[in-house]
Amino acid sequence: MKDVSKVIKKLVLFLAIGSSLQGFAVSEGQKEGTVSSKEDVDAYILHHIKDAHDFHLFSYTNSEGERKHVGFPLPVILWSSNGLVTFMSSEFHHDDNGEVVVEKNGSKFVKLHSKIYELEEGATSLSLDEDHHAANAHKVLDFSITKSVFGILLVGLFMLWAFSSLAKQYKSKSVPTGFGRVLEPLVIYVRDEIARPNIGEKKYRKFTGYLLTVFFFIWILNLLGLTPFGFNVTGQLAVTAALAIFTLFIYTFSGNKDYWMHMLWMPGVPVLIRPVLAIIELAGAFIIKPFSLLVRLFANISAGHIVVMSLIAIMFTLKETLTVGGATALSFVLSFFITLIEVLVAFLQAYIFTMLSALFIGMAVAEHEHEHEHDAEGHVVPDAEDVRGDFI
Amino acid sequence: METLLNDFSPGLFIVQVILLLALIFLMVKFAWKPILNSLNEREAGIQDALAAAEKAKADMQNLQADNDRMLKEARAEREAMLKEAREIKDKMIADSKEQAKAEGDKMIKQAQATIESEKKAAVADIKSQVAELSVSIAEKVLKEELSAKDKQLQLVEKMLGDIKLN
Repeated sequence: MKDVSKVIKKLVLFLAIGSSLQGFAVSEGQKEGTVSSKEDVDAYILHHIKDAHDFHLFSYTNSEGERKHVGFPLPVILWSSNGLVTFMSSEFHHDDNGEVVVEKNGSKFVKLHSKIYELEEGATSLSLDEDHHAANAHKVLDFSITKSVFGILLVGLFMLWAFSSLAKQYKSKSVPTGFGRVLEPLVIYVRDEIARPNIGEKKYRKFTGYLLTVFFFIWILNLLGLTPFGFNVTGQLAVTAALAIFTLFIYTFSGNKDYWMHMLWMPGVPVLIRPVLAIIELAGAFIIKPFSLLVRLFANISAGHIVVMSLIAIMFTLKETLTVGGATALSFVLSFFITLIEVLVAFLQAYIFTMLSALFIGMAVAEHEHEHEHDAEGHVVPDAEDVRGDFI
Repeated sequence: METLLNDFSPGLFIVQVILLLALIFLMVKFAWKPILNSLNEREAGIQDALAAAEKAKADMQNLQADNDRMLKEARAEREAMLKEAREIKDKMIADSKEQAKAEGDKMIKQAQATIESEKKAAVADIKSQVAELSVSIAEKVLKEELSAKDKQLQLVEKMLGDIKLN
């Protein structure tokens, strides 16, 4: 236990200091095209929480006054009107304003605010309307290995490596050693605190694999988002939507007769009310539940990123009033503590998503009309474990 | 809302669905199944071991109780045997004492009877000897008296006086 808490402390410190370093990386070289005003900060933050087509670590201005970017490009894979197109994101030359036109397979592509557009037939450059939307281009289906996909792959490989090596350890010994000793209690935690109580002793095993995968996937990606690499995977609507829809599919397809009965034709209420209840229940099951899942995770993680980055930005926005040293110190202290909170939020959101998924699955597979147990005098013994309703 | 919808990337959604499916499949196959199976096995093993330990403890207690009971029985038996032996010993001593006493009494009685009869015989013997002596004395006196009348009388007188003294 002592070792584990030591490791956790070190991890928290590393993450907190890491995110503060992120601040220094941003503040380096405030010259042409860099972040220095309030508007720049807003734009930078909004840019950061979006997905990116290249892996950008930091930028600096060299002695010739040239702007240099450090990072590596990622492959772009598009489904355009002329079929599948692939090229490296470096062909956009770090342009995000639709100025660089890339021509492939007879289609012209521009990148505007982290989205790739295909120019209409005959257009040679992107023109914007009054709302800064593309006027002569349309979006394409973008299957690129973006920064988020890169992060997902990274975390997926890490999980496979870490947990399959834990699984291998059990072949030779019954108690794992090393890193496995940290992972095992987490697995047991998800099984015993999330899956078992919410789904029920009889059926939890079938769903534990999904819940474990989702829990570690979200948690590790949340934590990765706190590092200076600046991943914001769980703050992408598409990612959280996919997760929520997985849960929706699982509880919809594993729902038993009781579940559908209670949803479509609620027993025990007047017949006239039943259709009304059915509409509410259907909306709850197919819209509200998944929507609450996807928005909760997306909003919490995005908000966390925005708050941390805004606090880091105090460094330049309050430079005039507090002097450079004061602004930096204030920014460092505030972002340090908010990052500590974000470490907690990272776990909490993973826990809540998994817990609610387990709860929804549990409600779909729960047996309502089963025989109640009777005690010696023939009285009905109430079911020991039916507190699920208290959580909603 | 519009920005949110604009930010939603269908391509990323599709990629994420495919990757998540693959990840769930691979994790279940290579990680969760073996891990959960091993954990369950281990927990069942621990449960069994605990039950076995409990059973062994109960057996041990039974054995202990048996031992105690047997020990107690043995002790009682020994006690009883010792008591019996002591009783037998006491009885034997008492018996022999009684017998010895009876024998002694008998012997004493015999001795007394013998002594009595011996005494009677001795007294009878003495009596006969005294009578003989008296006769011989009387004979001698008579002989003397035949010689001298005075002297005879004198002797009778003296003899009579002696007899009185006897």
